[in-house]
Amino acid sequence: MTSPENPRLSREDVAHVADLARLALTDDELDAFTGQLADVLDHAADLDALDLDDVPPMANPFPLVNVLRADEPGNDDVRAEVLAAAPSVEDGRFRVPPVLGEAP
Amino acid sequence: MSDQALIPGWEVVIGLEVHAELATVTKMFSSALNRFGGEPNTNIDPVSLGLPGSLPVLNEKAVELAIRVGLALECVIQPSVFSRKNYFYPDMPKDFQISQYDLPINGVGSLELPDGRRIGIERAHLEEDTGKSTHVGGGGRIHEAGHSLIDYNRSGVPLIEIVSAPDMRCAEDARAYVSELRAILVAIGASDGKMEEGSMRVDCNISVRREGTAGLGTRCEVKNINSLRSLGRAIEYEARRQVDLIESGDKVEQQTRHWNEDDGRTHKLRSKEEAYDYRYFPEPDLVPVEPSDEWIAEIRAALPMLPRERRRRLADAAGVEPSDTALTVERGMDDLAVDTIAAGADAARVLVHIANNLADGVGELTAAPFAALVAMETGGDLTAAQARSVLADLVASGGDPATHASTHGFEAMDTSELEALVDRFIAEHPDDWAGFVGGDDKERKKKAGFFVGQVMKATRGQADGRIVNELLARRSAEA
Amino acid sequence: MSARSTAAAVRAGERSALSVVEEHLAAIDAHEDEIHAFNLVLADESLARAEELDRRIADGGDPGPLAGVPVALKDNLCTRGIDTTCGSRILEGWRPPYDATAVERLAEAGAVVIGKTNCDEFAMGSSTENSAFGPTLNPLDTSRVPGGSSGGSAAAVAAGFAPLALGSDTGGSIRQPAALCGTVGVKPTYGRVSRYGLVAFGSSLDQIGPFAATVEDAALLLEAIGGHDPRDSTSIPEASPDLLGVLGQGVEGLRIGIISELMGGPDRAASVEGIADDVRARVEQAAEALATAGATVEHASVPSTIYGLSAYYLIAPAEASSNLARFDGVRFGLRVDGDTAPEMNTATRTAGFGDEVKRRIMLGTYALSAGYYDAYYGRSQKVRTLIQRDFARAYETFDLLLSPTAPTTAFPVGERTDDPMMMYLADVCTIPSNLAGHPSMSVPFGTGDDGLPVGVQVLAPALDEATMFRAAAVLEGATP
Ligand SMILES: [Mg+2]
Ligand SMILES: [Zn+2]
Repeated sequence: MTSPENPRLSREDVAHVADLARLALTDDELDAFTGQLADVLDHAADLDALDLDDVPPMANPFPLVNVLRADEPGNDDVRAEVLAAAPSVEDGRFRVPPVLGEAP
Repeated sequence: MSDQALIPGWEVVIGLEVHAELATVTKMFSSALNRFGGEPNTNIDPVSLGLPGSLPVLNEKAVELAIRVGLALECVIQPSVFSRKNYFYPDMPKDFQISQYDLPINGVGSLELPDGRRIGIERAHLEEDTGKSTHVGGGGRIHEAGHSLIDYNRSGVPLIEIVSAPDMRCAEDARAYVSELRAILVAIGASDGKMEEGSMRVDCNISVRREGTAGLGTRCEVKNINSLRSLGRAIEYEARRQVDLIESGDKVEQQTRHWNEDDGRTHKLRSKEEAYDYRYFPEPDLVPVEPSDEWIAEIRAALPMLPRERRRRLADAAGVEPSDTALTVERGMDDLAVDTIAAGADAARVLVHIANNLADGVGELTAAPFAALVAMETGGDLTAAQARSVLADLVASGGDPATHASTHGFEAMDTSELEALVDRFIAEHPDDWAGFVGGDDKERKKKAGFFVGQVMKATRGQADGRIVNELLARRSAEA
Repeated sequence: MSARSTAAAVRAGERSALSVVEEHLAAIDAHEDEIHAFNLVLADESLARAEELDRRIADGGDPGPLAGVPVALKDNLCTRGIDTTCGSRILEGWRPPYDATAVERLAEAGAVVIGKTNCDEFAMGSSTENSAFGPTLNPLDTSRVPGGSSGGSAAAVAAGFAPLALGSDTGGSIRQPAALCGTVGVKPTYGRVSRYGLVAFGSSLDQIGPFAATVEDAALLLEAIGGHDPRDSTSIPEASPDLLGVLGQGVEGLRIGIISELMGGPDRAASVEGIADDVRARVEQAAEALATAGATVEHASVPSTIYGLSAYYLIAPAEASSNLARFDGVRFGLRVDGDTAPEMNTATRTAGFGDEVKRRIMLGTYALSAGYYDAYYGRSQKVRTLIQRDFARAYETFDLLLSPTAPTTAFPVGERTDDPMMMYLADVCTIPSNLAGHPSMSVPFGTGDDGLPVGVQVLAPALDEATMFRAAAVLEGATP
């Protein structure tokens, strides 16, 4: 998926991720973003030299486990405020244009 | 289960993914209520709406219920991590689902069907449910709707997703698996298992292969199956569709398909190439779950008896095969049966009564009077028909079977009276009697039926057919 | 007057909270136009709050350790019923139905929220030029940036608009603007301050922390907002540390290491690039000051810190791409309509997000996408482990580490806006503590050749804010 002008990231790659991220780009934006993102990936190429085979990834910097909450109802009633501020509401529900398709 | 193949020459390979809502009081990651139905958007809070700045905190009860499921399915309970499954959809408030991905809380296990066969479990992991979209206009059909309305009451309800191995071979297998799984979930208090309310949902992976070949064919995943009946229909339709494709020289394409209840077909949702890129990564707002051995032991100790254990216990008590006790256990009458048998009742009669005469429940019936009733019946004091009536009385109002029997006027008949009747009919029907005495097995059976019928008619059904048969046999031996 | 002495005077009834607030509102009135530190000044609300506090004190009550002290909040902290924009069009006009935990704790401590400060959109930037509501300028030289992303909070403290401010720090967003504006800025241990109510950027990196004019005031504010919160699963289960009590203890006997890899210079091959000579000179001078105060100071090596920037600019965007998915026009904030729900999502996000946010969302989406996860996100999380290990090794020898906070003093407005990579380099010294989850803070220490402030970064192992503050207090006293 990479193009000759940049081995790391093509214009098509950027168009694809924009699509995944629900962003629309003009042709000019696509060109500019492709160059800028490629710069960042070029910089990140310094990581290629590291031998990380036996290194575990880190997800949480502070090691905690089993953080659990008791199964008790709370008191965070935000219904009125949230519905009042929503972009569009009908019958107590959030209204959106037609979804036209199942969830993936 | 079925001996003959659904489609001759072909084997169907089925694996199921069952989502069940866990029976917690509150949601998976917040203190909003986990409650079915109700006014839209009433069980919501910043977390279940995915408001900016809100953070998830894991419900301890959801973890406990997941461990119960794991123990019931004999899974490996292991340290687990939540991940984010990223995709845009309006009923998904954060536009990602928190789900367990490469490190599920329950690893491999198995489920035992009532007939004793085992279906492998690959994993059973925790995840959160989505909200619900209603499609307005276009008759509610998603592709024609004018707009959609979202209710987040269900958003964040804890789910357990139980993934089976591809160990089932026909629709009956799949239905038996889902029924057994549901029975287990209900028995251990993990879920109410209501498919009709959507608290239990089934996705089905199906592939076909030529009989006698190993290896798996290309599978399709069928979604939107809302009942056991649809599960069977969807499997049969989809298997046939795949076989037809292959037999006509085509290939099965890996697809996600949608079961349509109305036309009885599956329809393509998307192909493998169109598969969504979910970009899973570990959920940084949650920490790993590592249940201690002590906690697991505590949960195990508190588990009620599972359906398979109850079947085995009753089978041992009744001296039958576990599969013969499935119905009794399914009806939740196994405690009654075990106690009634322990009180001295004939096990076979007890199981027959439960199967044939207690479909509507046990009502006021308890073990001691049930046992007394069966004893009266096997002792010849009540006929089968009389016993059925008395059983109905015990169900309706409890009490003592002897009292009910005498209220009905079901007095045990003197055998001398029956003997007189039998002798009278032998005399009146010499040809039939000759047939009984000298005929082959078939003829003898037929004539026995005739004489029993005569006696029954004369006693208006009050005679015990078993005794009449004995008298006939005795007279025949004397002849 | 420091926040601590102001609160003391207010609690003792020697000064009214109202007069304190009025004084700061007057400062805002006089200079906010030139600086644009705030997205929202809460004049009426803060006056009403001050009057309420004064009544409580008159009735014999004690509002707490921050009684009557104005605090400016970065505009990515949720405030109930008060606009919270994150510097973005997409949240313009959104009023959260709840307060962030840190905001609740400020209220419990008697503080007065005086306004919401400007920031780079969703905290993505190092200059506060990425705000949808225009840039904030450096109060010390308005041709320069204040740093970012918490540039509004830094500028508010530097300009005297508020003695205290809160910011958020994902890769340096408190410490770097603190350095550029000449204030104290602290990034606590990851999990020390609850993230509940902080609009997430990079969830495994984000921390809320204080800005103040003095080390003591920063300690006062961190004590007030720190400590366990059951609403944040990553919150450290311990109580807030005692910092005010240790400030005077000095550094006698402490072992302090200067991180070679973050010092740059011609004789250091294995170092990050771009550390200005004047900045390096100040850090060396700061080290001497600590030695003079009785610490042992040596050069230390934390080799993998040179990979921090690369790892950070994959991890933070990856998490951001997911965190920012919820801004979809369905439930809150901006909606730009479309014929279908996906088209509405796209129209809303395209119109609502600025370029830097789009850039990072796309970068992060790419780093997580099928086939690239292992090479980018997965690898970067392993680099974090390396960095944490290297720090652990260094902390076997040293109690604290030292480095520049930012490679340069405040740079000119507009200088780096067209070159994202150049902008990212501003965080090269601050990022390693975010990746490791360790505390670090910036203390002003003299100026560079241009007369603008230089910040020295003090780094400590996880949970050891107390020792970090002791060294910071010594540096503050020795500033040239
Ligand atoms: Mg699934
Ligand atoms: Zn699922």
